[in-house]
Amino acid sequence: MSDIVLETRNLKRSFGAFLATNDVSLKVERGARHALIGPNGAGKTTLINLLTGVLPPSEGQVFLEGEDITSLASFRRVNRGLTRTFQINQLFNDFTPLETVALAIAEREGIGHNLWTSIAGYGSIVEEAAALLARFGLASVMGERSVILPYGKQRLLEIALAFASRPRVLLLDEPAAGVPEDERHEVLAIVSDLPSDVTVLLIEHDMDLVFSFANRISVLVAGALFTEGTVAEISADPRVKAVYLGENA
Amino acid sequence: MVATSSSTAAASRAAKLMKRRSRVRFYEIIVWIAAIAAFFVLPSKMLILTEIAILALFAVSLDLVLGFAGIVSLGHTAFFGLGAYIAGLVALHYVAEPVVGLLVAGIGAGLLGFVTSFLILRGSDLTRLMTTLGIGLMMAEMANQMAWLTGGADGLSGFSLGPILGLFEFDLFGKTGYVYCLVVLFVGTMLMRRLAFSPFGLSLKAIKANPMRAGMIAIPARKRIVTVYTIAAVFAGMAGALLAQTTSFVSPDVLAFHRSADVLLVLTIGGTGYLYGGIFGAVLFTLVKDWLSIVTPQYWMFYIGLILVVLVLVGRDRLARWVEYLPERLSKSKEEGR
Repeated sequence: MSDIVLETRNLKRSFGAFLATNDVSLKVERGARHALIGPNGAGKTTLINLLTGVLPPSEGQVFLEGEDITSLASFRRVNRGLTRTFQINQLFNDFTPLETVALAIAEREGIGHNLWTSIAGYGSIVEEAAALLARFGLASVMGERSVILPYGKQRLLEIALAFASRPRVLLLDEPAAGVPEDERHEVLAIVSDLPSDVTVLLIEHDMDLVFSFANRISVLVAGALFTEGTVAEISADPRVKAVYLGENA
Repeated sequence: MVATSSSTAAASRAAKLMKRRSRVRFYEIIVWIAAIAAFFVLPSKMLILTEIAILALFAVSLDLVLGFAGIVSLGHTAFFGLGAYIAGLVALHYVAEPVVGLLVAGIGAGLLGFVTSFLILRGSDLTRLMTTLGIGLMMAEMANQMAWLTGGADGLSGFSLGPILGLFEFDLFGKTGYVYCLVVLFVGTMLMRRLAFSPFGLSLKAIKANPMRAGMIAIPARKRIVTVYTIAAVFAGMAGALLAQTTSFVSPDVLAFHRSADVLLVLTIGGTGYLYGGIFGAVLFTLVKDWLSIVTPQYWMFYIGLILVVLVLVGRDRLARWVEYLPERLSKSKEEGR
């Protein structure tokens, strides 16, 4: 079990004098359900941004399947099977959920550069988009503009959109935030249903969700890796509790 | 079983929605019928109709860049002007047949578009405005200085055009000219319309709406921008060629800054992001300009400015799609009625 899919080596990112990511060397195994936890401001989202190419690192490298992807643009990383969801929804406001998901599927299939055929002409793409939307409970609103959807639905679309790219490594940045209570477990159930060779790195504040979902946990504090271990190890670690209690106090 | 039937229902609804996206709207038919009717009803107005058709093609091409990819430009006339000069030079030195000149002008302008597209890949709206403005100014000065080729400040004249495809002579009243421009506008708009509803067109709007997310669904934004900028330049160049061919003259004014500003104004009037805004805007802009220049020959620019300010303040973002309102409401109420 040393099949590392995603790895960072001495990753650093500073914003001015502030070190948001401090020498992080993280390894994620293939098929892992890996959770990244830590108090607010620990640099979890920055780390995801570095992994996905939204931000360039100040120092260090990112490897996907053993290949150095540090200097690759986001879209190239997605092509290689690495994608993510955003903590704050990043949607195309005027697009309908159907258009949004269909476009992502079209890009995955490499036909995004086709400037002659209407998307309606690609029956299989429209069908797949409809099926994906139905799975996420978005079938009834597939023709509405995304921006007018209720927040919970937008959240589901945010996650469905990442699924449309059929990632092999999926980074979820607080996927359940803002999802209504009753739909929360549904979302995580869909994520859990992913084939076992799909690797998931999850950022989440809800510890119940983390402990029920993850099989490995890394704790990030002040931009640096604080500790890492199995769910049992982390949940029993008094230092981790202190970090969280310290935050709550 | 339930899940299967519900997902089949979703699929058929999705197929219907997707088809409806690209269906021909009512206003599109009206536009083309009106354009053809104008030929018969307004025989004495061929020159202004031709002017409208040329401006419309120019504006529709800018909409590809501005309304779809979200790239602001103050130098779109660089392509228009280059197309005009190329068409003039082709007619003067090589072939009098206009369609050849039109195509060569499109290719030439497209090449310039391709090369300059790399300069607008980076930076903010302001950087892009300044870069495109700079390219436009450089082109204007080059045309002015290369008098041996372009006629300099006097413009390029002394060429006349043969019959279109060897069949249709240009006439004194400009009837052939109008039909020619209208056909080019129609074909150009139809081609761009296909592009608009293709995955490519949708990906441009995604880049405009949210570049970060666009990257995260694997859209290669820079490549797409290079492509669309080049295509837009081709059509802008063709619009310039039409002007040169229908007037048998290329004035250095084809590269003037005010043309870039005018065409932005046209799109602001007509609305961006659905192509026909360029056509509606060209009609309104030209008619208002024509009317004002008769009513107040000295102060018409003042009123154009006033209209612009009022339009932007009143319209705001609604402006971008005012024509969409009616048909969308119609189609929605139809579905709900069922």
